[in-house]
Amino acid sequence: MSSEWPLWEIFIRGQHGLNHRHVGSLHAPDAEMAIRNARDVYTRRNEGVSIWVVRSNDITASSPSEKGPLFEPSNSKVYRHPTFFDIPEEIGHM
Amino acid sequence: MYAQIVKSEGAKSRDEMSPEEIAFQERIDRGEKIEPKEWMPEGYRKTLVRQIGQHAHSEIVGQLPEGNWITRAPTLERKAILLAKVQDEAGHGLYLYSAAETLGVSRDELLERLHSGNMKYSSIFNYPTLNWADMGAVGWLVDGAAIMNQVPLQRTSYGPYSRAMIRICKEESFHQRQGYDIMMKMCAGTPEQKAMAQDALNRFWYPSLMMFGPSDKDSVHSAQSMAWKIKINTNDELRQKFVDQTVPQAQYLGLTIPDENLAWNEEKGGWDFSEPDWSEFFEVIAGNGPCNAERLGARVKAWDDGAWFREGLMAHAEKAEAARRAAVVAAE
Repeated sequence: MSSEWPLWEIFIRGQHGLNHRHVGSLHAPDAEMAIRNARDVYTRRNEGVSIWVVRSNDITASSPSEKGPLFEPSNSKVYRHPTFFDIPEEIGHM
Repeated sequence: MYAQIVKSEGAKSRDEMSPEEIAFQERIDRGEKIEPKEWMPEGYRKTLVRQIGQHAHSEIVGQLPEGNWITRAPTLERKAILLAKVQDEAGHGLYLYSAAETLGVSRDELLERLHSGNMKYSSIFNYPTLNWADMGAVGWLVDGAAIMNQVPLQRTSYGPYSRAMIRICKEESFHQRQGYDIMMKMCAGTPEQKAMAQDALNRFWYPSLMMFGPSDKDSVHSAQSMAWKIKINTNDELRQKFVDQTVPQAQYLGLTIPDENLAWNEEKGGWDFSEPDWSEFFEVIAGNGPCNAERLGARVKAWDDGAWFREGLMAHAEKAEAARRAAVVAAE
């Protein structure tokens, strides 16, 4: 059994001015080939102006089971949202 | 339909479920997407690997009957279009393999299971494409049937699968239209060309109906898959929808659907039609279709012949990486 090409996560900037966005993954021997393959797999219809590739192994992700405690600090702070404050009608747009 | 017979466990009643399974089912019922590293029942994971894998294999093997005609396309434009279509199929296979891999199975493992015959691909690709009209029939009917199945799967509960289906559906409509365009051209051509189009329809009609799989009215597998939202409609519902959509398209072309029982049923608001020969379907699935050996043989040969290339590129990448590290150390 030969060694499998490593997995890469692919991020594409769709248009100038937008963030790169995760679109999927693919296998490639190195970064250069990952970009070439990403062009063929993920931008066959002008979907991008820029490509980032990152080895999947190099990504550290938060654990789904810790979702509650991890995001709890923001859950309890409703006053961070502008809609928390009642502004009188006559003040107009704020 | 690209996954025609996916075995899964029987549906569990609520009393049989563990607290984790109940919470999982409730998430699905609320319409939440399940993401790769989240907890999921083993049966859900296994069924998805089978289904997405079968689907991916179908896309890849599905390149073969059409690839056959790239060098024989009647014009340069048709050739470029067909080439783009077949390239899309490769892309669809890759999206789906990636989705399956998020469930903890490796790409090589999936391919090994295809090559050894452990995993299946759609029965439709075991039929030969004998002439150019078949490119029209495949795009119109086979991709048409594929779209029927894939559109609802965009709403499937597993996030990576759903996202792959969304990408695929965006591209699939090009495939069906290019097929119908070929059929229109041939039907507006000489009597011989129109006869070729009719012949292609005759040969691909029943195999296309088989793509949705056997009736699953009483299937326990379907019940569980539907509860998990990895199957959205029954095989029969999708088959009926496909026939209702396709009959007027055939009428427009002036072609006859090869079914003497085809009749409009006012009551159900759809067409009555003959079932395909299911014994033929099971024969093809079992490996005894007209092209099974040829298709799988071509896949295995491509994999074996490509080994030196895959290994060579990997060796080059490792060497370049080692040289880069050495240069960094030297610079320090």
